[in-house]
Amino acid sequence: MKRIFERIIEFALIVCGTITTLVILLMVIFLFKEGTGFFRNSMVEKGYALCVQEENPVDELTSAQIKQIFDYEIENWNELGGNNEAITPFRLEEIFNRYPEEEWGENYELLPGKLEEIINETPGIIAFLPVQYLPKAKILHDEHLLPDDFFAGSEWIPTATPAPQFGLLPLLMGTLWVSFFAILIALPLGLGVAIYLSELAGARMRQFLKPAIELLAGIPSVVYGFFGLVVLVPLLQKSLHLPVGETALAGSLILAVMALPTIITLAEDAMRNTPQAIREASLGLGANHWQTIYRVVIPYSISGISAAVVLGIGRAIGETMAVLMVTGNAAVIPHSLFDPVRTIPATIAAELGEAPAGGAHYQALFLLGCILFIITMLISITAEFISKRQPNGLG
Amino acid sequence: MAIMQKKTEQKIAFTFFRSLSLVVVAILFWILGFIIYNGAGVIDWEFLTTAPSDGMTGGGIFPAIAGTLYLILGSSMVAFPLGILSAVYTSEYAGNGYIIRFIRIMTNNLSGIPSIIFGLFGMALFVNTLEFGDSIIAGSFTLGLLTLPLVIRTTEEALRAIPDTFRIGSLALGATQLQTIRRITMPMAFPNIITGLILSIGRVSGETAPILFTVAAYFLPKLPQSIFDQVMALPYHLYVIATSGTDLEATRPIAYGTALVLIIIVLLMNLLASFLRKKFRKL
Repeated sequence: MKRIFERIIEFALIVCGTITTLVILLMVIFLFKEGTGFFRNSMVEKGYALCVQEENPVDELTSAQIKQIFDYEIENWNELGGNNEAITPFRLEEIFNRYPEEEWGENYELLPGKLEEIINETPGIIAFLPVQYLPKAKILHDEHLLPDDFFAGSEWIPTATPAPQFGLLPLLMGTLWVSFFAILIALPLGLGVAIYLSELAGARMRQFLKPAIELLAGIPSVVYGFFGLVVLVPLLQKSLHLPVGETALAGSLILAVMALPTIITLAEDAMRNTPQAIREASLGLGANHWQTIYRVVIPYSISGISAAVVLGIGRAIGETMAVLMVTGNAAVIPHSLFDPVRTIPATIAAELGEAPAGGAHYQALFLLGCILFIITMLISITAEFISKRQPNGLG
Repeated sequence: MAIMQKKTEQKIAFTFFRSLSLVVVAILFWILGFIIYNGAGVIDWEFLTTAPSDGMTGGGIFPAIAGTLYLILGSSMVAFPLGILSAVYTSEYAGNGYIIRFIRIMTNNLSGIPSIIFGLFGMALFVNTLEFGDSIIAGSFTLGLLTLPLVIRTTEEALRAIPDTFRIGSLALGATQLQTIRRITMPMAFPNIITGLILSIGRVSGETAPILFTVAAYFLPKLPQSIFDQVMALPYHLYVIATSGTDLEATRPIAYGTALVLIIIVLLMNLLASFLRKKFRKL
């Protein structure tokens, strides 16, 4: 009886032991199921189609081209491989100006006929129409969204009509800019403090510094964001005379502070693991304390220090709330540190609430989640790989 | 001459590192000081016990505090048993084979995944697929999974700190492995495990991204009736009133107060953890 009982408990333990693996597997399944669904969406908004005149030789357009046409950035069909003919974009709303309401029919049943008239009258027209009122005309082949549209797209305008733009580049660039400069700031600061803590600080100083750094790690990211919003943003705006204070720089500064505890704690651990014998050998050969630190301790623990930095980068890339609150959230490719930017996690947080479940926008946000997931997984694995390596010629 | 140079170099380097440490401490005090200075005047009994009113410009934050407590409770019920049992398995039962190494790598990776991904996952699985809707249960599961790696790691470390002689002694006296764990290993590791659990509570109370789409409500003056209701939560409330109020000037004091309450919770958890750590070490 007791035996059976123990067996059951052991089985329960095994199940629990594998739970994190299961969670990660489930995450992969759910993220990628929704995310890859993105590529099954068509370029044009659901329930709509694009019509042109029968004679128009153009059969299909890319998502970016459609957007440029309706923004009047492409104005001639010959730019798209068609005849030399001016493009006239047409939206359903414009029919209100052409025909009075009485002529539409009671249930709009006359609408397709009227639309056909308009299309035949207007050479070079491209009409964006709901599927239920489609007239007899050439309907442009509606392609699925391509990986190119997403991975090489340079615009993120998920609410654009007729063709929403889901370009990854501005968000990816925003994320990389903010994280890169955050690490650039946090690295010297973090390593300096780690060296001080592990090699120089006395017991009392350590007892004061360690909890302080733990506390810095414990402050919720939304509080960092709030602090950035009410202190840092106005400060930057005033002192640097910027039009807006919500910039990549503000995000980098806040992220640097948030990445500090990770870098400090891990780098300090790595340095403290340097065997006392090696230090003493160095001192015994006549090196002083500082020479021992930068010629012996740092080279010995360099793999641990690198892992600390990599994990600090991971922390910065994935951080959501603080960045969302201070970077200004403009989804354009940044050109300087003083531009507003938008990162991948901030985009997910800001837009998921408004994206209808199952739509292209919703799935695009999950696809962003997949990208973020892959990036952070790679970072974790890299850190693991680096920290496993033995120091050269030592150890 | 060379010795002099060596000495000055050392002096410069060490002064530099010391001042960097002071900079970090100064940043901490700047942030804490700013929030405490601006928030202390806002917090009073009424602020803690009434619901927001007048379009978030008046009243208190009681529903948000209550909501955060619910979420702490709920996520603890998910993460604590799962995490502790999981750690017991990986450190007491499993050897050092491929499977266990794989599980350990996965646990490490799970702790590196950004919290917004947990939010996405929680929304896809708990809110949409299992149809819990935006609810305490969906939020608790999401937050529970988020803290799982933290609970597992601290429990594993606590268990690993116990010398093997105790286990061997117990087994030699005829106890089964399960009895050894229940009577010897767990009681000994208990203090350190508790410390880890308290820190994970501190983490849960401050997380915003995972609850955005799984539980958090913008404004909900009433307390929840069941685990399938939405709740307000402190970090989300702070985000909302800091960024999207109609009258930002009027909501600022409330934002300071909310931030201070959040920081106090985190501070208390940290203090409690270090107090327990010290106390148990003395025993």
